[in-house]
Amino acid sequence: MTAATPRTVRSLLLLAPLLVFLLAFFVWPLFSMMSQSVSDTAVLRLLPRSAEVLAGWDRTSSPTLPMQQALMEDLRAVDDDQALGDMVRRLNSARSGFRTLMGKTTSALGDTDNPPADLVSIDKRWGKPEFWLAIADALSPLTDRNLLAALDLGRNAAGEIEHLPADQSVNSVILVRTFWIAALVTFFCAAIGYPYAIIAASLSGWKRDLMLAAVLLPLWTSLLVRTAAWFILLQEQGLINDLLRWLHLIDAPLSLIFNRTGVIIAMTHVLLPFMVLPIYSVLITIPKNLMPAAASLGAPPLRAFLRVLLPLSLRGVASGGLLVFISAIGYYITPALIGGPGDQMISSIIAFYATGSANWGMAGALGVVLLVATLLLYSVYARLSADEPGRR
Amino acid sequence: MDPRVKPEDDESEVCVRRRASFRQPAEVMEHPLAEFIRFDRITKFYGSLCVVENLDLGIGKGEFVSLLGPSGSGKTTLLMMLAGFEQPTSGAILLDGAAINAVPTHKRDMGVVFQSYALFPHMTVGENVAFPLQMRGLGRAEIAGRVKRALDMVQLSALSERRPSQLSGGQQQRVALARALVFEPRVVLMDEPLGALDKQLREQMQLDIRDLHRRLGLTIVFVTHDQSEALTMSDRVAVFNRGRIEQIGTPRQVYDEPATRFVAEFIGETNLVEGVVEAVEGAEATVRLSSGARIVSAVSAPVASGQPVYLSIRPERVDLSETRGEARNVLETQVADFVYQGDHLRVQLQNDAHPLIAKLGRRSREFPPGTKVYAAFSAGDCRVIAP
Repeated sequence: MTAATPRTVRSLLLLAPLLVFLLAFFVWPLFSMMSQSVSDTAVLRLLPRSAEVLAGWDRTSSPTLPMQQALMEDLRAVDDDQALGDMVRRLNSARSGFRTLMGKTTSALGDTDNPPADLVSIDKRWGKPEFWLAIADALSPLTDRNLLAALDLGRNAAGEIEHLPADQSVNSVILVRTFWIAALVTFFCAAIGYPYAIIAASLSGWKRDLMLAAVLLPLWTSLLVRTAAWFILLQEQGLINDLLRWLHLIDAPLSLIFNRTGVIIAMTHVLLPFMVLPIYSVLITIPKNLMPAAASLGAPPLRAFLRVLLPLSLRGVASGGLLVFISAIGYYITPALIGGPGDQMISSIIAFYATGSANWGMAGALGVVLLVATLLLYSVYARLSADEPGRR
Repeated sequence: MDPRVKPEDDESEVCVRRRASFRQPAEVMEHPLAEFIRFDRITKFYGSLCVVENLDLGIGKGEFVSLLGPSGSGKTTLLMMLAGFEQPTSGAILLDGAAINAVPTHKRDMGVVFQSYALFPHMTVGENVAFPLQMRGLGRAEIAGRVKRALDMVQLSALSERRPSQLSGGQQQRVALARALVFEPRVVLMDEPLGALDKQLREQMQLDIRDLHRRLGLTIVFVTHDQSEALTMSDRVAVFNRGRIEQIGTPRQVYDEPATRFVAEFIGETNLVEGVVEAVEGAEATVRLSSGARIVSAVSAPVASGQPVYLSIRPERVDLSETRGEARNVLETQVADFVYQGDHLRVQLQNDAHPLIAKLGRRSREFPPGTKVYAAFSAGDCRVIAP
């Protein structure tokens, strides 16, 4: 054991750069993004005294004087305008009307010449339990609000989970759309990639190299460049429409861009290598003589394929499909450039919350939904591939 | 259709024919039974490479024919064409009198046993054997019964739930054999099926396959590059070289009466001695060697006086003695090397004109190197071969 310890230390030292890298650029960002989605300290940070007093409140009776005084003290102590703005926005999202109420209250408290005796004298809304309830709920450092909102759910006044009204239910539409587009892309990748891989695996020499290079070459090109190329190909005056019109197959240009068709075409092309390569790698491990053997045993080509080649290559199709699907649900650039407003996927909503409205909580929550969906898919796949017969 | 009912009547027939063929080694049997398979002027090109050249071959029903030759001699290609995996460039393949060139593999009804077994890894042993029966649309109960009988036949019934990867090489090959036989194919094709097995297992499988052939009356075409395997198992051996059949005949014929230098050298070990024909008398010729010695030898192909030829003398037919005996052919020579090889003694002989190798039985006396000896053999123990 004494000999093992220095060796272990040395191994750990060798691994240290990798571990540090993983921690700094993978674990920590992932963790902080996920914690953003459930952390909710904008209110608690500014109202520590109120938090203590409100903890003893029964949530139904009218606000007592100590509660009002504690809140007044807290509000007087605030000197950070940005933090105050964050708190007001947080409270206003829980109960509309807080913005004007807080504005009125802070300016009244700022009047040192004529200090108000209690909050109700500033605005009689402070006498209603609803506003205090909103503050009391917002004081908890953890919240499921963002996660529920990501799934178009929310808590009603009684704290029960319920569906948000239809005009606010946009996330589930986009989530369903994301999964639908990813499923379509996976389907088309399989429909094109599986026969392609079978042909490539059946060839040898330069023909096989050529077919693999044709798949790999796009993979080595920037994603943005490939998407931009599709932009040129698919537009109304683009190569495809021009060619079809020149062949007199169509009279008016097909609309291939800024719609679902364009997104599917471009994403299928971009993700095709991730389907072809896993299938190909499984196919080349299948002995070449199994199909001749099946034929000699009396199996016509289609039955031989269904009974022998398909079951043996299904593992490749499954891993290719999983790779494509998981990549596709996170797609951002291609739908943003080629798609229309109705083709935006969950990633663009995350980007909107993160960079557009600085709502890190919602961005994190949608990210968590995406991560959970991916992990679920992966566990299903892992279960399937572990059960697969014929694995050595 | 029970495979265990059939063998009795066929066995006697096959055995009688085998014994008969052994009694008359000189008679070339083209197809002793009703001709079942016929290769008619088959030629096969891969690009510009000719792998089978204008080949004719007939195979009788119930016959075990080995295609023997070095790799690249066209024997496997011929088998692949018979199975339907390859198409001849020209020529016809007839099965039971009908051309099958245009019949796809899955309708040819031929059981193929591959060198690498080609078992389906995702199916159990039982499912593998059931596969050809399912393809023929048989009922569930009948499939179960026939699978069981086929696995009994190769003594693997206990392993029918295993997957091929859980079996040893020999067991896998027996599964492949059961799978190729279970649907009672018209012809069984074997492509070096024992090549991947170790020596002991290979010899056991040779006897097992030969036994199955006799019991079930199968027509078997067997490709191998192993001459002892071909001699052990076959009714007839076709020796392939460069896309042609050099010689076809019973194991005894191809061994004892090689028609060409290639056959003499490929099958077994032989001494090839150069000489010139002096005279021909019936089935015997007198050949003068470069040393001046005269040898009387049997002739299988017609030769003329004055023709340069080879003499093929099998090492185990050479007798050594220190006195000149009564034999018709005697060569005076000297022991150069003497090796004890367990089951035989190997003697390297050297005189000025021609080195010889003799294999002596282990009860023979020993000749120390340098001993002057006389190598003797009868006219029937050597063969004139045209170069």
